[in-house]
Amino acid sequence: MMEHFSINRREFIQGTGALLVCASTAQSQSNNLPGTLNRNNNLDTWIRVNRNGTIEISPGKVELGQGIVTALAQVAADELKVDIERIHMIPVDTDRSPDEGRTVGSNSMIQSGNALRVAAAHARQILIENASVRMNTGIGQLAINDGIVSDRRSGRMISYWELLSDGRFNAEADGEAQLLDSSEYRYAGVSVKRFDIPGKVFGGQSYVHDIRLPGMLHARIVRGPRRFGTLGDVDVSSVTGRPGVVNVIRDGNFLAVVAEKEHQAREAAEQLRAAATWSYQESVHGSASNPHLLRELETTLDQVSLSNPDGSETVREYQAEFSKPFLSHGSLGPSCAVAQYENGRVTVWNHSQGQHQLKGAIADVLGLDEENVRLIFAESAGCYGHNGADDAGCDAALIAYHMPGAPIRLLWSRSDEFLHEPYGSGMSYSINVGINADNRINRWHCDLWSCSYSTRPSGGDSAGGLHAAQEKTNPLPFPIASDGRQPNGSADRNAVPLYTIPNQDIKEHLIMFPPLRNSALRGLGAFGNVFVIESMMDIVAHDLGEDPVDFRLRHLDDYRARDVLIRARELAVAASPIDVPANMRLGRGSAFAQYKNSNSYVAVILDVLVNINNGQVRVVRAFSSADVGEIINPNGVSNQIEGGIVQATSWTLKERVLASANGSQSRDWSSYPILTFSEVPEIEVSLINRPNERFLGAGEGTQGPTGGAIANAIYDAVGVRLYDLPLTPDKVLAGINS
Amino acid sequence: MLLRVNGQEVDVDVEASTPLLDVLRNDLGLNGPRFGCGLGQCGSCTVLLNGTPIRSCVTPASAATGEVTTLEGLGSPENPHPVQQAFIEEQAAQCGYCANGMIMSAAALLERNANPSDTEIRQALDAYLCRCGTHTRIISAVKRAAGRAS
Repeated sequence: MMEHFSINRREFIQGTGALLVCASTAQSQSNNLPGTLNRNNNLDTWIRVNRNGTIEISPGKVELGQGIVTALAQVAADELKVDIERIHMIPVDTDRSPDEGRTVGSNSMIQSGNALRVAAAHARQILIENASVRMNTGIGQLAINDGIVSDRRSGRMISYWELLSDGRFNAEADGEAQLLDSSEYRYAGVSVKRFDIPGKVFGGQSYVHDIRLPGMLHARIVRGPRRFGTLGDVDVSSVTGRPGVVNVIRDGNFLAVVAEKEHQAREAAEQLRAAATWSYQESVHGSASNPHLLRELETTLDQVSLSNPDGSETVREYQAEFSKPFLSHGSLGPSCAVAQYENGRVTVWNHSQGQHQLKGAIADVLGLDEENVRLIFAESAGCYGHNGADDAGCDAALIAYHMPGAPIRLLWSRSDEFLHEPYGSGMSYSINVGINADNRINRWHCDLWSCSYSTRPSGGDSAGGLHAAQEKTNPLPFPIASDGRQPNGSADRNAVPLYTIPNQDIKEHLIMFPPLRNSALRGLGAFGNVFVIESMMDIVAHDLGEDPVDFRLRHLDDYRARDVLIRARELAVAASPIDVPANMRLGRGSAFAQYKNSNSYVAVILDVLVNINNGQVRVVRAFSSADVGEIINPNGVSNQIEGGIVQATSWTLKERVLASANGSQSRDWSSYPILTFSEVPEIEVSLINRPNERFLGAGEGTQGPTGGAIANAIYDAVGVRLYDLPLTPDKVLAGINS
Repeated sequence: MLLRVNGQEVDVDVEASTPLLDVLRNDLGLNGPRFGCGLGQCGSCTVLLNGTPIRSCVTPASAATGEVTTLEGLGSPENPHPVQQAFIEEQAAQCGYCANGMIMSAAALLERNANPSDTEIRQALDAYLCRCGTHTRIISAVKRAAGRAS
């Protein structure tokens, strides 16, 4: 247990004691509620008690493979005082589930976790009050064990599922109910096994791909090589004559084929693709393959950070240019959706991170009222951000709209997913850092150029960003480029160092007309920004001859930031020596960030072996310490940290979207290779649990530090400083040879 | 066309060129093998043909002469294969989309090498892609299934 002062979790969730005193009006009561509960304050939206002794929990967040559903069940079971086996988690259904916004930004524990905790406490209070009345006993005499309320004196018992006549609470959450003391929690901090994994290892119906409706037809989409193309005349007769082909749908520049069997649809789509011609007004700008060329494009300027000098003289300057390429989400399973349009209402089973948001967008695309659009979440392959999920949902809805009554299963092809998903934007940086006579950083000036990391669709202006919205007859207006802003940031996420540094001047130059389609990819700008910050910290530390971890600690005031760095260093120092072959050089690199400067604290220290003959870099092992606040499921958090390190190692060493004047050329796993088993590091994770601190989230904090640590380890190994991601063998070898 | 899948003979009415994956998923209603790329690159669609891992997305159904085993045929919740049980014990998944290929391939590996080294496990799985980064857990699960719990 850490000794430092901290805000008590309950105070944080409920507000201060002073606020509670004021909570006599409805308005100030609602101010005490976690945000997503405040917006969905009907308890029955969240919790239902069934007569059979099961309890339905209906959060607004979705399972992306991050284990959130199990963690939320733990929170609910604890606060309701029931066995977790009773909990039945409901996937988001826009007809039923609360709108908690999208499942993004490592926010799910912060939003849904806190909301469920407060909702469940209120539900428990209602249940025990009902029991008190029914049993004619003071609440103080009652105990709860697995949903059974018992009178300590008489021994009489009544269950939750007998207490509500219709399973409904008919109450609005007010945040007044007392949360349990954490000592009463049975599941918080316990690595409960994930609910979804057995289905995935035994072949259960786990994914949207597995939905099979009676009479379901298979659809494929036929798109041009990139967006904004004009489709020429297509002779569909050869395709419509193929066995099993039911329909070819052309709606403006939107082209799809529907068949009885899946392979019939696949083959017909390939035939249509060969017959289709696309014309474009412009070729793709060279910045698609060289992010530094983004500086040639039209931008809007955002001042990310601006602070005063501290008066000390800058005695040395460090100037550098960095870049990060366009990256693919590379979901292992291509996007998929099942849709049916009946009686004027469309239902879409899909894997978007924002069910309520995509509902609005699809309503706009189809010209339906929102109440005539129902979205139901079903799992898919990991998305790591805004991949093809939303587009596939909209594609399926549009096809179904053209074929009333027929259930339509749309699956994107592998090349559809690679070519038509929105990428994580390329970025270019120019940075100037200064130090004073005390060897402290006293200036941090950075310009970054990027396309938007925030183009997710919802009802209204952003719906036009969907492919089908642009392609259909009477396309929706294309959204004007915009990006998120501080403090969360978007392209500028984590562009502001957490280190104590005066005289900051950080600017984002947002590209107005991107060369490629872009949106949110895990960590958004944090991957590139932390790579740059941690490279610069390393450059300055080495120039000063100071240990890079000590140099960072000297600029960090936040004890929790310091603690993860120190813990990661302890892990690394304690590790056994590595045998270094004659043609290899060993290097160690470190990096740190607090995601969004408000979320998880993560330090990564890793060892690389660099082959001096061919420049190959192998990350041999990684040590990480993370502080995500209160931990509900330690194994789940560790899984996120481990996976983040592996994925970011892949990004850092191997990945970039290949592009030409005709757009992306990365269409499969041979043109977009990722890290494989023989290249994956061993990983050791140490979590710092702070049970009395608020949830911080765990999903994205590792990306940036991993990239920075690899660059710094390569420098440590062979003295080569690399500035342009990915850190490929040719760049390493060129550095060694110069 | 007659196929032998998970110990049962089945008669399916499909064209000979239909990919085995489509037949297993759509005609036989199996979920275990998954469509990942359709190119034989990622391994999500892996099934065993006479005990050898093959990529069912690029294998015509007519070429499946012999015993086809899918994830469902490997084991069940009531009677799990050691590799399936180990994946649960090690929580060796995030999204789990790759798990089918990993488990099928690992089961085949353990059939021919009951006690593979870490390097041998990595080599056997190197052509199977995982995007969530659960590789180290998968390696631990294979070791656990081999009786070497880490």
